[in-house]
Amino acid sequence: MFKKLMIANRGEIALRVIRTCREMGIKTVAVYSTADKDSLHVKFADEAVCIGKPASSDSYLNIPHIMAAAEITNADSIHPGYGFLAENAKFAEICGEHNIKFIGPTPGQIRSMGDKMTAKETMIKAGVPVVPGGESLLSSIGEAKSLAKDVGYPIILKATAGGGGKGMRVVWEESEMDKAYDTAKAEAGASFKNDGIYMEKFVEEPRHIEIQVAGDRYGTVCHLSERDCSIQRRHQKLVEESPSPFMTVELRQKMGEAARKAASAIGYESVGTVEFLVDKHRDFFFMEMNTRIQVEHCVTEEVTNFDLIKEQIKIAAGEAISGQDYEPQGHAIECRINAEDPYSDFRPSPGRITTLHQPGGHGIRVDSHVYAGYTIPPYYDSMIGKIIAVARTREEAINTMSRALSEYVIEGVKTTIPFHQQLMRNEAFQSGNFNTKFLESFKMA
Amino acid sequence: MDFKQIQELIKMINKSNIGEVSIEEKGFKLTIKQKEEAVQHVFSTPPPQYPVQLPPAPAPAGSASASANEKSKSAQDVATDNMVTIKSPMIGTFYRSPTPGKPSFIEVGDEITEGKVVCIIEAMKLFNEIESEIKGRVVKILAEDATPVEYDQPLFLVDPS
Repeated sequence: MFKKLMIANRGEIALRVIRTCREMGIKTVAVYSTADKDSLHVKFADEAVCIGKPASSDSYLNIPHIMAAAEITNADSIHPGYGFLAENAKFAEICGEHNIKFIGPTPGQIRSMGDKMTAKETMIKAGVPVVPGGESLLSSIGEAKSLAKDVGYPIILKATAGGGGKGMRVVWEESEMDKAYDTAKAEAGASFKNDGIYMEKFVEEPRHIEIQVAGDRYGTVCHLSERDCSIQRRHQKLVEESPSPFMTVELRQKMGEAARKAASAIGYESVGTVEFLVDKHRDFFFMEMNTRIQVEHCVTEEVTNFDLIKEQIKIAAGEAISGQDYEPQGHAIECRINAEDPYSDFRPSPGRITTLHQPGGHGIRVDSHVYAGYTIPPYYDSMIGKIIAVARTREEAINTMSRALSEYVIEGVKTTIPFHQQLMRNEAFQSGNFNTKFLESFKMA
Repeated sequence: MDFKQIQELIKMINKSNIGEVSIEEKGFKLTIKQKEEAVQHVFSTPPPQYPVQLPPAPAPAGSASASANEKSKSAQDVATDNMVTIKSPMIGTFYRSPTPGKPSFIEVGDEITEGKVVCIIEAMKLFNEIESEIKGRVVKILAEDATPVEYDQPLFLVDPS
């Protein structure tokens, strides 16, 4: 087992990893930018090293600085968290070259799923259903138009190197294609330094349902069932839950099997998530695979009673998994609390938290790195915590979440707590009848 | 104990974490107390429930030593007012001389100019010469030779006047 693990991340996930390491008897090293000097993960870790100026490129994305910090602290492993370098194959490679175990899959596996077009090809070969569309990057508007005629409008243009909703454009008819093509390419180039775009059938009003998977280095793969992440704003998830209110035993079995095939196809080694789009007929299509631990992993933890970070570390240390699949017991819902003003179009609201009171009680888990007196730096994402409600039924989980949200006091900055409170009372949400377009028509009262 | 041995002993204690040393020989007694400021840490202070890593500097025994400590403390305070600190621009191991055994790049009292190499920071087998961005007189060395340093860690105190 590892003796000293360095967390190449910040915020709540850094704290999350440190907590598991403490339980496993692994010493921890935190790295931090000068803006994160007072961060909780720095205080909780056994050791901490300042690695640069606030900007991510100077600190959390700065590979030489991170490797130097690992060297001077003699860390034998690095956990990349999510975001930042978590899916950077080059970083995973460099860790290997320095004999430091990267807690995640191999560089090759990261690469094969990181490029969306390659991932799609791999899935087609593995017999995993994919969204119908083009087999290669688009080389001209003419090609785009003729392919769209075959696939059938509406179509979506997507960046091959993309994520986070950037470089995506939905096209409803041919007259919109010229503008959509040019802007999608431009945005992709600006966001990812790679303007390659491809086309897919636009699955209308889909649900976003993903399957948690795990694989060890001996070829065993399993799944831990689904999370429904359809509540999204501009392709950013806000609420996740397990089981999905749209799920049936048969669908779970089919999707679980498909996710297993996807992970096996690349010999996946670590924990990861296979994302699918599910249409109203319960036909599902592979969207992408995330070769890292995800923000919403807690939802699965609460309904399967597993510490996924611990499993991830054990797999990296060479332990074998049983291969058993897991179904959710009970119901869990997670609300992401962001420092944003839901009444002003979710504008970011960094600043100093003057009062903080976190909810508690039966069925409530809070994963958060903020505290009263903490100043939220403006340089990083706006998520300040996750609150997860667990209960026997979905109705009870919503009830517990509502109760907990009413106790959650954060003053000094604006947060999305009011949004979540209104969402929990929303009839469509309560009925379980929603898809990824739901939030587009949701208005704050 | 001759004077040279006492000098060596003081140098050794200054570099160490030892708070106080007392030596008694026939007809001779020597007490050396570490100054109150802590030895530089690379890493941030541990969380409250863990014991503090350094033994605290012992409280001054009598009024004489009390005023002596206060004097050295206030001299320190005055000294840092107009000073500029050269901070580490990177993470690695701090070396005061180009190779072990060779003289240090700079010593206390030296006059330095912009561009003068003040130390080496080694990371991943690469030795980086760190150049001063300021002009002035070296007042204090703030980091220990051959120890790890982090980004922005204070290395040298310089009087720019």
